[in-house]
Amino acid sequence: MLEKFLQTLMDGLAVGSLYALIALGYTMVYGILKFINFAHSDIFVLGAWLSYSMAIMAGLSMQSPVPVAPWVFGVLAALSVVAAAMQVWDRAGYDRVPAAWRGRLPSPGLGTTLTIVSLWGWSSVGLAFAARAIATGAAESSVWRTVAGGVILLAAMSTCGLIGFCVERTAYKPLRKAPRLNVLITAIGVSLLLQNLGQLDWMFGTRPQGMPRLLPDVTLAQFAGSETVPPVKLHLIDVVGAGTAVLLMVALDILVFRTKLGRAMRAVSYNDRNAALMGIPVDKVISFTFVLGAALAAAAGFLYAQKYPGLGQAASATWVLLGLKAFIAAVVGGIGNIRGAMLGGLLIGSAEMFARAYQSPSVADIYVFGILILVLLFKPTGILGTNAQEKV
Amino acid sequence: MSDLRHRAASLSPGLVPTAVLSILPVALVVAIAMFAQLWLAPAMANAGADFFIKMAVDIAVAMVLAISLTMVNGFTGQFSIGHAAFMAVGAYTSACIVYYGSYRFFGNANVQGGLVSSMVYGVRDVPWFAWADALFLGALLAGGLVAAGCGYLVGLPSLRLKGDYLAIVTLGFGEIVRVLVQSQTTEVLAEGASVTPDHLRMIPAWGSTLAVDDYITAEAIASAPVWVWPKYVGGALGFGGLPFYTSPFWVVLAAGLTLLVAFRIKNSSYGRAFLSIREDEIASEAMGVNVTSYKVRAFVVAAFFAGIAGGLFAHTVGVQLNPAELGFQKSFDIIIMVVLGGLGSISGAAIAAVIVTILPELLRTPDLLAASWPYGLGGAVLGLCVMAGLRATGRATTFGRALLFAGVLVAALGLLAMWAKGAEVDLGRYRMVFFALALIAMMILRPQGLLGVGEIWDRSFWLDLFARRSKGGAS
Repeated sequence: MLEKFLQTLMDGLAVGSLYALIALGYTMVYGILKFINFAHSDIFVLGAWLSYSMAIMAGLSMQSPVPVAPWVFGVLAALSVVAAAMQVWDRAGYDRVPAAWRGRLPSPGLGTTLTIVSLWGWSSVGLAFAARAIATGAAESSVWRTVAGGVILLAAMSTCGLIGFCVERTAYKPLRKAPRLNVLITAIGVSLLLQNLGQLDWMFGTRPQGMPRLLPDVTLAQFAGSETVPPVKLHLIDVVGAGTAVLLMVALDILVFRTKLGRAMRAVSYNDRNAALMGIPVDKVISFTFVLGAALAAAAGFLYAQKYPGLGQAASATWVLLGLKAFIAAVVGGIGNIRGAMLGGLLIGSAEMFARAYQSPSVADIYVFGILILVLLFKPTGILGTNAQEKV
Repeated sequence: MSDLRHRAASLSPGLVPTAVLSILPVALVVAIAMFAQLWLAPAMANAGADFFIKMAVDIAVAMVLAISLTMVNGFTGQFSIGHAAFMAVGAYTSACIVYYGSYRFFGNANVQGGLVSSMVYGVRDVPWFAWADALFLGALLAGGLVAAGCGYLVGLPSLRLKGDYLAIVTLGFGEIVRVLVQSQTTEVLAEGASVTPDHLRMIPAWGSTLAVDDYITAEAIASAPVWVWPKYVGGALGFGGLPFYTSPFWVVLAAGLTLLVAFRIKNSSYGRAFLSIREDEIASEAMGVNVTSYKVRAFVVAAFFAGIAGGLFAHTVGVQLNPAELGFQKSFDIIIMVVLGGLGSISGAAIAAVIVTILPELLRTPDLLAASWPYGLGGAVLGLCVMAGLRATGRATTFGRALLFAGVLVAALGLLAMWAKGAEVDLGRYRMVFFALALIAMMILRPQGLLGVGEIWDRSFWLDLFARRSKGGAS
């Protein structure tokens, strides 16, 4: 009995820490922009699929290595050319055109943004190539496989951060002043876009795939148990997954509560107008928040793909449900509250695993949603949320 | 005081004019529905346009959904993202009643309706309205009522919760409904077949009084007491084998009545209370509007119509009722319609329902699209001319710009479709990508939706299109 309990608890914490990682992205965006970023779960899916394709590309699976899709280079090259042209425009062209025309032409500053984006893209590809070099340099060595996995994790985080940045700049930024419902519809649009782009043949296709294992499948410890009861097993992947998640969360916590940038983020979430008056670059802080959330979601995607190697197709309902549970974790912990998201993730993960183990997998989701509704009815701001009184 | 009362009494129309005014539009809707069923649909079927009949049915169901959600999201300003759950509740309730009711009353689950629910056009030797049609109608209403009950339950938390939190509750409710249906037994369908009387023999029943080993037979359903019903609804595999009752008559009737009720509500004191809650909750509370009660009423009415739409959806030709289809992505589809049409605009929601249903299908049949590029080009040129004319007369060029935009869009899509045909690219695979891009662009370029808060015949909408150019910076 105790064995089952401990095993379930451990599974719950392992899955819960992944939920927490995704929930952080939801909660940070909600804290700052007060809208539910429904496209966040798709960034998570993208993280899982990107790490899959990078692992294939690096030759880490049984399949023969696949070269990088040429369109990636095409897009990056085109982007670099445009960025260079915009840099020239920013530095030399803008001041020379008549003032009346300036309003209709791209304003300076776009060049820097595009340069950052293209450099970022190249470095992500570079990381993917580093993973490939490591993998080919030390084939069949589990240590080097793990190192390559770490590089892939970084590359996936970087790429998803870039995509989060681009999504925020193109889709959400023009809507800063729009009603919240519109931003929400846009988020749904972005979510649909990412799902359906991901299903195209030149992206990930519509077939489910198996993620190659980058960590050796070993059991670290094994205790209790008897002849009739299976022992409690501590898998390496759970430890590494939860460890990475905790590490990232601690890093995030330090970033938000101990650094100047974090203070700016908190200031913007508290009151963006006053923050702007105090000289905080609000747009940059918001973009940074999206990058951070997307990178964490990508890490969760990578770790999830390591724990459950069967990747469903990009628009599969299971992915959507996972994202939804992470969102519930954010709400239960108190949306807008970073520590609450971590707590909520662990809570929801454990609740789900206990319902799975002690009742049946099909009803586990009912418990998760039931917890959500109970929390909302009795403490709508979540466990750690503070109550903001609405004033006239 | 009594003087005032007399004056008020003299202002209100008499009983007979009121009755006529109330019945006339309903009679009109029934007449239009009969017209659609007995003349329009057979004519279309004769012309080989069965696909368009199917599209029209889908559009009408989507319209009912969009208009019902307009009452919550548009009128009252509450944010419901679980509308498909009401649809699911209505769908499963009416499906159970029709399916098992058919076994109980007629011995099998085939369509036994009269002319109103016949989809074999040209047959004249059946009655207009058979008992099976009454069963279907009753099932639809029952589905609507059960959904309305759920709407009451979901609306209740609005006492405590506002805005996003209420939205999350509706989302949670929607997912709970879906998961509950999905976790029902699928045992009888383990072979992957649809339900036949043979399978029915294995269906566990809610009442154990007549069951042998908890299983009952088709004959047992027919002879069972009324309160004993099989509880098999297909689980995650879907509820197959439902009779197809959803004919043009029923959908036109439902869409027409929904439109009628929505307009009546919007122009009544109820509607004004709804709108006041949307505009400012605190102010309307201060004016004596019972905010919570009205929010709950909005949810109940909307859920009722969504339940009816669900019942219609369940019995549509070619639909296998499946809980996975009624998840929150369906809810999002309905929200997209409402926002695209303009929050609070009934006609806007109806138009958006047409667009959102047709557009993905249009991208799936690229031939039609490829042939349309000259029209798009013509529209764009016309738009340019109108723009020039409007500018010359000192008016804002909104209308011309809209024409130009629509024309360029159609022309671009048409040329793209032509190119795709030449390059053998399957444009149908990209249809959701285009749809998503269009959605994002729409939200950025025209955030108020097609019509804003007004209706298409509102003067303000047209005046807005042809308005005089504002001088100076004042707006």
